[in-house]
Amino acid sequence: MTTTQSAPSARDDTQTTFDVEAVRRDFPIFQQTMRGKPLVFLDSAASAQKPRVVIDRMSDFYLNEYASIHRGVYQLSEVATFEFEKARGKLARFINAANPREVVITRNATESINLVAQTWGRKHLERDDEILLTGMEHHANIVPWQMLCGETGAKLVVVPLADDGSLEAGAYERLLSDRTKLVAIAHVSNALGTINPVKEMIASAHAVGAPVVVDGAQAAPHMAIDVQDLDCDFYAISGHKIFGPSGVGILYGKLAHLDAMPPYQGGGSMIHTVSFEKTTYAEVPARFEAGTPDIAGVIGLGTAVDYLNGIGMAAIEAWEQELLAYATGRLSEIPQVRLIGTAPNKAAVISFVVEGAHPHDVGSILDQQGIAIRAGHHCAQPVMERYGIPATARASLAFYNTKRDIDALVDAIHKVLELFG
Amino acid sequence: MDNLRDLYQSVILDHNKSPRNFGNLEDANRSAEGYNPLCGDKLSLQLILDDDECVVDIRFTGMGCAISTASASLMTEYARGKTLSEILETMNRFHELLTGNPNEQGEAEDLGKLAVFSGVREFPARVKCATLSWHTLQAALDDGDKVATTE
Repeated sequence: MTTTQSAPSARDDTQTTFDVEAVRRDFPIFQQTMRGKPLVFLDSAASAQKPRVVIDRMSDFYLNEYASIHRGVYQLSEVATFEFEKARGKLARFINAANPREVVITRNATESINLVAQTWGRKHLERDDEILLTGMEHHANIVPWQMLCGETGAKLVVVPLADDGSLEAGAYERLLSDRTKLVAIAHVSNALGTINPVKEMIASAHAVGAPVVVDGAQAAPHMAIDVQDLDCDFYAISGHKIFGPSGVGILYGKLAHLDAMPPYQGGGSMIHTVSFEKTTYAEVPARFEAGTPDIAGVIGLGTAVDYLNGIGMAAIEAWEQELLAYATGRLSEIPQVRLIGTAPNKAAVISFVVEGAHPHDVGSILDQQGIAIRAGHHCAQPVMERYGIPATARASLAFYNTKRDIDALVDAIHKVLELFG
Repeated sequence: MDNLRDLYQSVILDHNKSPRNFGNLEDANRSAEGYNPLCGDKLSLQLILDDDECVVDIRFTGMGCAISTASASLMTEYARGKTLSEILETMNRFHELLTGNPNEQGEAEDLGKLAVFSGVREFPARVKCATLSWHTLQAALDDGDKVATTE
């Protein structure tokens, strides 16, 4: 990677070794303009853009290698099966899982969490057992547990948030007890950007005998994930947020858990033998993968992971932290802007409100400048409630963003103030 | 900025900053809640409908974006003193203004101040912001206490 100067329009002159312009050329979408202006894409936390290698790999697979998998009495199916399982192996290495069998293919992180709730949860939870969550969870890490509580009589217990968007000091440890049968926590908050100290939290949970489900949907795009080092029991990832196609995700689960879990959905692929009297179930992970999966999607996700490894998650994290610091500094220069979520340990997700302008109005005005942000409650209504706001505007960054993008954001916020000031 | 000036006309900005008929109405005999689940906008509408099916008073509370707040404010301003049938007719034409063919002239002129929302047509994601208060009004007029949503 060559050394480049940061974009000339950016105000600081930090030397960086991250060649963001080269990275941007890997993403075809940045070749187009939006409303006559260069596309400034600041909504990667919702869904990330795709590098050409992923698009090409999927297209190539459909053109030359496509067939049903795990049925192969003919060569094409054998090739497709090989490529699919190779992708599973890449995904396992990406999160440092000890065994590819610990990687279950799902549709997305939401389904991964629902899978744990409906299999592990139904089997283990009873009346008055407690599921410990945090106040910053995405609806995907609240509602499946709430549904499970409805079925089992278990209860949700919520770790409150401090004003800066961190977990309230000491609250997690205080709420953990021998009644806690499961902990479900976001690694990174999608609405606040807060990075939770999940490794320490997992160790504390294990000390009271509670397994931990980590919602990693917002962490995996920003940092290296090592499930063995974290010692998490389950880890959920959405493929579309890590630059892969939409419609595929993964659930990591420790083999000992997965082996002991009942199936999720019934159907083909997940069985060993079927008769009308009795069905025996397949081994892990096939037991949790009923029906034909998104074969090309999984293979494309494998290529996305190759692509990320090529850049290096450490380099990605360093560049994003530089962008985050730059964006935080520039937005803080505007007195009418209030950042929601100022925890010391943050990923490059910046929620904010503009005095006098509703986030949707901010979003529409930014859109006219070719800037894509998210405005709303970010599927985290309890977070909005906690901070007494109906919604926020959210700029979320990926490694393909530049300081130029941040400058465009700041200029556009000044336009908002012109209209609404 | 041209499209933006069309969307955020000064009347809209003014009604957003100082919404008319904002507050609770004590003797209300009709009310409804409006909710846009996509963005979280909430609106509470209270009105008095007399025996001649005329809206004699109307108020709203809630929070939302400039478009939804201004729309609620201008809607209440319009509806006061109007009969049920007048309101229903205007409601249809207002909806046409936001979603209909821009080349069909005519409807905007009849709508008076409500025509300031014509720019919303260019922002499909924002149409629901402008119609929330009208959906809520319809729910209140239909009968008794209801919850209207834009979905």
